[in-house]
Amino acid sequence: MDIFDFSDGREGYYGEYGGVFLPEILHATIEELLTCFRECKADPTFWQDYVALLQNYSGRPTPITHLENLSRQLGGAQIYVKRDDLNHTGSHKINNVMGQGLLCQRLGKRRVIAETGAGQHGFATATMAAKFGYDCKIYMGAVDIARQRPNVFWMENLGAEVISVEDGQKTLKDAVNACMRDWVTNMADTHYILGTACGPHPFPEMVSWFQSIIGMEAREQILKQAGRLPDRVYACVGGGSNAMGIFQGFFDDDSVELIGCEAGGQGVGSYMHSARLAYDDASVGVAQGYKTYFLQNDQGNMNETHSVAAGLDYIGINPIFSYLWEQGKVRFEAATDTEVKEALKLTMRTEGLIPALESTHAFVTAIKEAPTMAKDEIILINQSGRGDKDIFTIADALDDSKWKSFIAGKADQYRTENK
Amino acid sequence: MGLQAYIEERKKDKDLLVMAHVVCGYPSFEDNMQELEIMAEAGVDLVELQFPFSEPSADGPLFVKANEESLKSGTTVDQCFDFMKQASERFPFKILMMGYYNTAFKMGEDVFVQRIKASGGVGYILPDLPVEESSNLHKLSQQAGIEPIILMTPTSSDKRLATLGEASRGMVYVVARKGVTGSKTNMGDDVISLVKRCRQHTNVPMGVGFGISSKADMDFLRGTADLAIVGTAALKTWESSGAKGLKVFFAELMA
Repeated sequence: MDIFDFSDGREGYYGEYGGVFLPEILHATIEELLTCFRECKADPTFWQDYVALLQNYSGRPTPITHLENLSRQLGGAQIYVKRDDLNHTGSHKINNVMGQGLLCQRLGKRRVIAETGAGQHGFATATMAAKFGYDCKIYMGAVDIARQRPNVFWMENLGAEVISVEDGQKTLKDAVNACMRDWVTNMADTHYILGTACGPHPFPEMVSWFQSIIGMEAREQILKQAGRLPDRVYACVGGGSNAMGIFQGFFDDDSVELIGCEAGGQGVGSYMHSARLAYDDASVGVAQGYKTYFLQNDQGNMNETHSVAAGLDYIGINPIFSYLWEQGKVRFEAATDTEVKEALKLTMRTEGLIPALESTHAFVTAIKEAPTMAKDEIILINQSGRGDKDIFTIADALDDSKWKSFIAGKADQYRTENK
Repeated sequence: MGLQAYIEERKKDKDLLVMAHVVCGYPSFEDNMQELEIMAEAGVDLVELQFPFSEPSADGPLFVKANEESLKSGTTVDQCFDFMKQASERFPFKILMMGYYNTAFKMGEDVFVQRIKASGGVGYILPDLPVEESSNLHKLSQQAGIEPIILMTPTSSDKRLATLGEASRGMVYVVARKGVTGSKTNMGDDVISLVKRCRQHTNVPMGVGFGISSKADMDFLRGTADLAIVGTAALKTWESSGAKGLKVFFAELMA
């Protein structure tokens, strides 16, 4: 199956989803990007350089871990985890960023901008910019800055300028708008490093291409380690880049079921969630440069979204998934905030793993389904990021009194120093 | 009378027409109506009514805030069309819908066209809808006799301008510079040469917008453009000095 083999006149479309919906002023910039991307994709040395860079800089290939304790405790399928949390900067985001960094060299641009939600993409972009010597500006919603300060700290210390976006809902979608506004002004020397498989063509294809390294590795590894293909593969879906990454490894394997796990927030009917396909609240629309399912009202204005995981708190879904969902190729489920906190505790205690809140959404669905499967069946979860960054949110969720008094003590100390 | 004929007719009496802009429901529809009264009195020729959208990614800070506040106060598409109807019946200037494509997509392109027509609008500007995605909407518009306004920009190649020129009807919106709405544009030779370049690819009238705020800008555009498009500067004036200020603003601008 090659979803990127577009028919004539339908370049950038997956079924009726995708496309390019941008102001005319960006037409030439997008054409330039598309031409450059096509050259990179057709050039085998580009991919070799990309893989070598990730091996030397980010620790790829990331391993697969068999969760024997958790599998035993649940009494069903054998659970394996693809460890993209072990990447440098702590998530799969670095894959796409390093790829676009190399592409940016070919474009000959010296400045990069990026939006970020949880801060993982911004962190990865700031890291790449430091290594490649690009000027770097990161746009981040004020609400997200408040909940992900550790990532902001690292971005700034890596030399990036972090701009607090005060418009709209002050989260990821508003950071995307802010990037668009920067790009329409500075496109001559600036490349927009979009962090997920959303936005106008060629971003969904390009980000999916860079992230496909996850699935390529994972397929080979699971065959070697478990002796056969998995029965089900689970990945969390915000924009959908880590899920596209791992799923692509199994697109041609009809026996493998692919499950995307969205942010159920406060649950069905709460209207405080980010589940575009798992719940019934989204409809097809056009925003942020592409056509897909959006959480919007009947007037076409976007609804407020919510998730305990900032990286999943987004209105739209990758257009490729809208198509694959319609085709029955990918199943979508949602995990609520409460379920996520419970699954995180369980995973930490039984396996010593700390998945990011985003990635834990995939664990929730896998943990629900594993007991209904046979002991010789195999589950593969993409642990797309590590949870250290979430220490403030998790400590709050667990109501950890020792952490609270530590923070209070730190606050007192800073207050005294400032006097 | 079609938009192009209207512009040509008005140009018999003055050499540079003015298109103004309001964001529907911001600060309120009552304020909007007062703004339009002042614009009509000053002799404004065309007005864009912006339908607020939650993701106005082509707009600058002032219009972003205006879109946001308008939606927060509960502005609906129905209210915007009602307002368009009232305004088109009351004022001599022609009215364009301005907004983002999702507003049209969500109600259906055919309904969108029919509602503009029924509300007395003569066309629409959808800055995030490229010409590649417009064929059905343009066909429906032609059948209904309303005009899709094409944008031409400083980054458009001659090849691209030829494509855009082919699709243009009524008038062309020439974007004077890169960026979003609301920042100052240094009017210089590049704006003149851009409009000249655009004219090679279409014979519809040229409106120039983005960053136009003063009589000096108007004087500069005279002889180059057919219309000057004034957006943010008028809203800024309304916010800082109300009806009185806006009267002075347009009086000075159009002196």
